[in-house]
Amino acid sequence: MPTSNLLPKFTFLKDIPSPMNDYTVTHLQHLESEAIYVLRETAAQFENPTLLFSGGKDSIVMTHLAVKAFWPAKIPFPLVHIDTGHNFPETIAFRDDLVKKIGARLVVGSVQEHIDQGKIRDESGAKATRNGLQIPVLLDTIEENQYDAALGGARRDEEKARAKERFFSARTEFGEWDPKNQRPELWNIFNGRKHHGEHFRIFPLSNWTEMDIWQYIRLENIDLPNLYFSHQREVFLRDGMLLAKTEFINLLPEEKLETRTVRFRTIGDATCTGAVESTAASLEDIIAEVAAARVGERGGRADDKRSETAMEDRKKQGYF
Amino acid sequence: MSKEIGYLDMDLLRFTTAGSVDDGKSTLIGRLLYDSKSVFEDQMEAVERSSRNAGDENVNLALLTDGLRAEREQGITIDVAYRYFATPRRKFIIADTPGHIQYTRNMVTGASTANLAIILVDARNGVVEQTCRHSFIANLLRIQHIVVCVNKMDLVGYSEEAFDKICDHFKKFSSRMGNIVDVSFIPISALHGDNVVEKSKSMDWYQGPPLLYHLETVYIGPDADHVHARFPVQWVIRPHSDKWHDFRGYAGRVAGGVFKPGDEVMVQPSGFKSRIKEIYGANLEPIKEAFAPLSCTITLEDNIDISRGDMISKPNNPPTSSQDVCAMVCWFSPESKLQVRGKYTIRHTTREARAIVQQVDYKVDINTLHKIEDDLDLGLNEIGRIRLRTSAPLFHDPYNTNRNTGSFILVDEMTNQTVAAGMII
Ligand SMILES: Nc1nc2c(ncn2[C@@H]2O[C@H](COP(=O)(O)OP(=O)(O)O)[C@@H](O)[C@H]2O)c(=O)[nH]1
Repeated sequence: MPTSNLLPKFTFLKDIPSPMNDYTVTHLQHLESEAIYVLRETAAQFENPTLLFSGGKDSIVMTHLAVKAFWPAKIPFPLVHIDTGHNFPETIAFRDDLVKKIGARLVVGSVQEHIDQGKIRDESGAKATRNGLQIPVLLDTIEENQYDAALGGARRDEEKARAKERFFSARTEFGEWDPKNQRPELWNIFNGRKHHGEHFRIFPLSNWTEMDIWQYIRLENIDLPNLYFSHQREVFLRDGMLLAKTEFINLLPEEKLETRTVRFRTIGDATCTGAVESTAASLEDIIAEVAAARVGERGGRADDKRSETAMEDRKKQGYF
Repeated sequence: MSKEIGYLDMDLLRFTTAGSVDDGKSTLIGRLLYDSKSVFEDQMEAVERSSRNAGDENVNLALLTDGLRAEREQGITIDVAYRYFATPRRKFIIADTPGHIQYTRNMVTGASTANLAIILVDARNGVVEQTCRHSFIANLLRIQHIVVCVNKMDLVGYSEEAFDKICDHFKKFSSRMGNIVDVSFIPISALHGDNVVEKSKSMDWYQGPPLLYHLETVYIGPDADHVHARFPVQWVIRPHSDKWHDFRGYAGRVAGGVFKPGDEVMVQPSGFKSRIKEIYGANLEPIKEAFAPLSCTITLEDNIDISRGDMISKPNNPPTSSQDVCAMVCWFSPESKLQVRGKYTIRHTTREARAIVQQVDYKVDINTLHKIEDDLDLGLNEIGRIRLRTSAPLFHDPYNTNRNTGSFILVDEMTNQTVAAGMII
């Protein structure tokens, strides 16, 4: 298990002999510098930005980079968590711990509260998920707090529809993404100008792959929730995915609980994030596993399977 | 774990792909991703399913790179998409730009961050007008390394003669392009995989490496400018905490040259001089030197007034400071044309100002490379040379010396759209 270390000792290049002495940089240095540049550009170009913290590894890496970008000052914007109420308890504990350590302000947009207030309705049926409900709650949270930019940890390699996503992604007043109306991005010049009411989604990790993320986590010794590492858990099979037993899911008659050795490759809503059988207990093991993987990490998520262009449809509605 | 150490030593190569429609670009990229094992099983299954639905007999590798629904319906790529793959030596970012005639702007966009361009030529058609156009754009955007892939060699009987003829033709017209440092020619069949990842068994006469090997080993070296020290200030860090009470750090990404603690520096526009006290790298510890493209935070010996948009350089070699710039621009807007006397917002490094278009000197016919001087209306996908007057000085270098301090965009003040990309002459 990695040790906690938020303001990291930068081990690479010092401890590892590098053949690069002619002012070339490693790809991870390149990605790190690019992400820090984008984070600073966000702070500079917007009045009221925020960082969307999902609790997953990508948003943890993004937060880590944000700490670096503004150090020794604190991150000059709050973290927003859209809480479906269907979280693994580890996710919330980790979130609260992290926020305290870095001295950031946390704003929680609660799906449960929205349901209680009658603004949205829970899906019904055994396979109900609250993933779709995150969209209106996110948009409300953005509107209530008048955020003009929301940083997200999405990567272009995750899914086909994301391959064309910009670093600075313009959204309409309705929070919608119009694939035909995206601004070209050249060099490292970003155009964050907008009309009143419009806002931007900003993706500093656009050019990172899943492998880059894991290598960077290892390099920087970034703390992660235990869910990412192999452990014993009660799970059951649904639609080809191993779902964890939680208080939020009711088993169908034909579904059977069994204890397996698993870990999670992404962390989202507990009702639709699949576990994978794995004995990878360390970052080194995970890296080896990712290198050999045959299924993309989103392959474990029920929400993408609903249709081939599922992601694109959800983006248009304002999904992160 | 030697494999992982290797991973930490990997560098990054960014390249674009250009070709006319149907030259096989999507197939080639699909092949690179597939043969380098960058395609996951679930992605492959989705593509196999789509291929079956479309009634294709082979799995259509081109579908791997086919993104948005609109283009699936139209059957053409309509925007720049980015793809990622890695080998133990390098990480690659592909800017996949469409070959359709009207999308010069996408090619310019993709080329702006690339070190290398793959230009596809159909072996049956040879060098065509679009090949010329792609090469011109690569040269204009200062891509120093070109790989000409002569594709569909299977359809010309893997003929050495056909290949040689195309190479000669390309060499002749590209000799006029001054920014291109090296050009390589590779005969391939993207469909069958010849000379893409594996060396072809059908072309013994070809002595060179397959494409992937070339991409892995081509020496990009310091394509960036490491001579002229340039640090556009992006953000001023003032912690207001007890521990860091007097800390005032200038955060940014080095745009050129090398900065070291102790260096004498000059700040524009104020002209004040000082010395670098410390440089904090991404490790949050003082580092010995910083160079492009690293992000860092600089502190100075003296307390001088510096804000975002200021430029830190060396007193003996500062960038040009002026309100008049002459530049090649590519027009991006489908809605409007470049207006002479028109006012735009200009974004250059971390600086923003207003700009008035003084005049259009000429347009370039990108198919013939001739200057057009009798029609100076610059519309979508057109390239021309213009003169601008800006409301505040820009601290700039020629684009051909430094891509970071030589590039800018123009933003329409009504729509906020990015309407032009500019390269300072
Ligand atoms: N015979 C042959 N056909 C090819 C080759 N490469 C691509 N094609 C075919 O050419 C057509 C266009 O290819 P595609 O990759 O979609 O072209 P794009 O428009 O440049 O992306 C498809 O039918 C491909 O199967 C090749 O090397 N040999």
